[in-house]
Amino acid sequence: MAIEVKQQKNGVIHLAIQDEMTIYSVLEQKQELLKYLKTAKEVQIDLADVTEIDGAGLQLLMFLKQEALAAGIKLSLSQHSKAVVEVFELLHLSNHFGDPIVISADWRTS
Amino acid sequence: MSELDAALTVFSQEAEELLTDMEDALLLLETNPDDSETINSLFRAMHTIKGSSGLFGFNCIVAFTHEAESVLDLVRNGERVIDAELISVLLDSKDHTAKLVEHCLTQPDTPIPAELSAVSERLIKQLTGRQETAIQQAAEKSSVESEGGGDISTDDNWLISLDFHYDAFRDGMDPLSFIRYLKTLGEVKEILTLAPDMPTGDDMDPENCYLHIKIAFQSDATKQTIEAVFEFAAEDCDIKILPPNSKIEEYLRLLDQQADTHVQRLGDMLINVGALTKNDVDHALQHQHADSLTEIEVPAKPLGEILVEQHVVQQPLVDQALKKQEQTKQKLASEANYIRVDAAKLGHLINLVGELVISSAAMNLIVERHALTDAGDVAASMNALVNSIRDTALELRMVQIGETFSRFRRMVRDVGKELNKDIELYISGGETELDKTVVEKINDPLTHLIRNALDHGIESAEQRLAAGKPAQGTVQLNAYHESGHIVIQIADDGAGLDSERILAKAIANGLVKADHDLTQQEIYNLIFAAGLSTKDQATNLSGRGVGMDVVKKNIEALRGSVEIDSVTGEGTTITISLPLTLAIIDGFMVGTGQDRYIIPLSMVDECVEMNPEECEIDEIQHYINLRGQVLPYLRLGDYFSNQIIDSNNKRESLVVVKFGQVKAGFVVDHLHGEHQTVIKPLGKVFDNLKGITGATVLGDGNVALILDVQGLINSAIKYQSSSFHRQIKTNLSGERK
Repeated sequence: MAIEVKQQKNGVIHLAIQDEMTIYSVLEQKQELLKYLKTAKEVQIDLADVTEIDGAGLQLLMFLKQEALAAGIKLSLSQHSKAVVEVFELLHLSNHFGDPIVISADWRTS
Repeated sequence: MSELDAALTVFSQEAEELLTDMEDALLLLETNPDDSETINSLFRAMHTIKGSSGLFGFNCIVAFTHEAESVLDLVRNGERVIDAELISVLLDSKDHTAKLVEHCLTQPDTPIPAELSAVSERLIKQLTGRQETAIQQAAEKSSVESEGGGDISTDDNWLISLDFHYDAFRDGMDPLSFIRYLKTLGEVKEILTLAPDMPTGDDMDPENCYLHIKIAFQSDATKQTIEAVFEFAAEDCDIKILPPNSKIEEYLRLLDQQADTHVQRLGDMLINVGALTKNDVDHALQHQHADSLTEIEVPAKPLGEILVEQHVVQQPLVDQALKKQEQTKQKLASEANYIRVDAAKLGHLINLVGELVISSAAMNLIVERHALTDAGDVAASMNALVNSIRDTALELRMVQIGETFSRFRRMVRDVGKELNKDIELYISGGETELDKTVVEKINDPLTHLIRNALDHGIESAEQRLAAGKPAQGTVQLNAYHESGHIVIQIADDGAGLDSERILAKAIANGLVKADHDLTQQEIYNLIFAAGLSTKDQATNLSGRGVGMDVVKKNIEALRGSVEIDSVTGEGTTITISLPLTLAIIDGFMVGTGQDRYIIPLSMVDECVEMNPEECEIDEIQHYINLRGQVLPYLRLGDYFSNQIIDSNNKRESLVVVKFGQVKAGFVVDHLHGEHQTVIKPLGKVFDNLKGITGATVLGDGNVALILDVQGLINSAIKYQSSSFHRQIKTNLSGERK
């Protein structure tokens, strides 16, 4: 399963996406994630294991944010992987999502 | 080109010539300072420019040249010595005048820039000898410079807008990769990622691309390079690249520097300076085309507007490009459009072309006679060339009638004042072209006819108001082309002709008998007879009864015709019909017996073989029934009393000719076909010859006579037996309506 439910308590759901977020995977991921958004009050998504993200993946994240805002759900992204951070920086999107990004020291070496 | 533009062209030409002369004169003076003739020519140059600038209201030129003129007047009268210093100031003045003239011609609506007026002041001071202090000069200079500079925009980012289509992801595009690549060209200053039309919930298809990306990008790359980044995305993305504001300055400068040797299209100009790429323009043109297909009624939007709407270029750039385009057009118009040529040289050229036409016809004849197939091709292509040379040569003499028309504005105004009538002249069709010699000769008759319209036609304001018409009378002057002729109409909305009075006068003068059987039309045409004026009291303008007959004679001398039509209480329309040219025409050659005749091709309506099915000929009542249409006819052979050589030839043909709305048939023995006819006037001896207007030399050296179709039609109508007379005439006038 590409999306793992790490914790679910009092309407707060903690998910981890453990796959690339690309045009090849977004369809499945969207259906899955939207399901959680419909039930939960708060959604936290761990992006640590998103090894690759492209435009479609980014669009999916934007979509989730938009849905969450519309439904009054708190959506937070955490543990951004290197790939995600790179895309966020490329598009100056960190502010858009508003989540603190922790930049791991060992990324810089690569 | 409007009349004013034409006048301005003359002005700019004249100014340019005078200034060139002035420069030459000044340079001459340097070596020969006492030459009074040269000084005179200097004075005249400034004086003339001042005078003509005043006519156009170019006050800045008047003010400046006035000073120069005064100084030169002093020099001329020996009150001031011309020295090297004055010559150099005058040379500067000459250059400055040229600049002022250019400014007034290119931007007549804007006041002269501070820079120019500063130079004006400085030169005036130098000219008049009031030496300005160095400080003043410096102050002026610095103020000029500070104005010349300008705020350099700090906003020097490219604005790139990428609106991806839904299929972008599926087609393998990744918007991110383009931005990564873009970063290699420069610095992304700002980037906005939007998905404005992304659906919500289940409707959103994550495989559709909803992304719209706006980028502020700093780079020295050209627009072409930047566009190339997105080349692969062009199918799946609406790309708009707006140059940075700082670039605009550069583009504006480049636009300004574009060579103005030929008029370029707007798109090409913007591509050349790099503000647009070919893709942008193609895209906009497609858009324009698509628009014009869907909305037939609405005229297509200008390209510039579309480009700005699509956010690929800023408004100022389009404005500048359009301005530049206009300037180039004007410059070219003033520079290249006119070469003054001696009219005699032109006349000689046209004569030669006429001879060329004849000898090329002779050559064709020989080629045909000897059946030289090889030569045939060469002859055919030379024939085509001769034809186009002929047309071009004749075009050289063509001028627009607008200039002649606009002269009448002044006359209408002055005469209106004199007669205390408020009259407006409306001119249309001023761009209609006709032969210059015709234009010159039509001026007098037109003047006369317009005066008549003003004096006789238009009633006084009180009469007009009483008749329920607006107090302001109108006279319309209109010109247009119709079947190889130019038609000039003079229409007024006055009282119309009083046929009773014309008739009474004509009977009193013995022009017609009391028991006349004239149609209304014929009565109106009586005013062209000598010695007839319906105005009871002659004014100094018209009404003496001389003139209208002269008008008719003048027009007929040009192989033209004049007709008058009037509705009582509503106005009078005079229609003049003139041939386009007097030199060469396309003719249609026919033959009777051994003689050949030319009918101007534009007057030939149709040719039919005389067979009983199509046309019946009634020899007694003298008419032809052509498919139910009754036509008067003439047997050309009989009319010109030709010797009948081949009496067995019964295969006659009928040529139906048309003049205005009147038709008639000419019965001839042979149809020879089209023929380029060089008109050779006949000598004085043949003045009284009826039915012939001229002659032409054929390729084989024989002479063919050119028929006066109008006169022959009238003869044909007269020939009809009197018992049938009235019926035909009602028929004809019925057609006319």
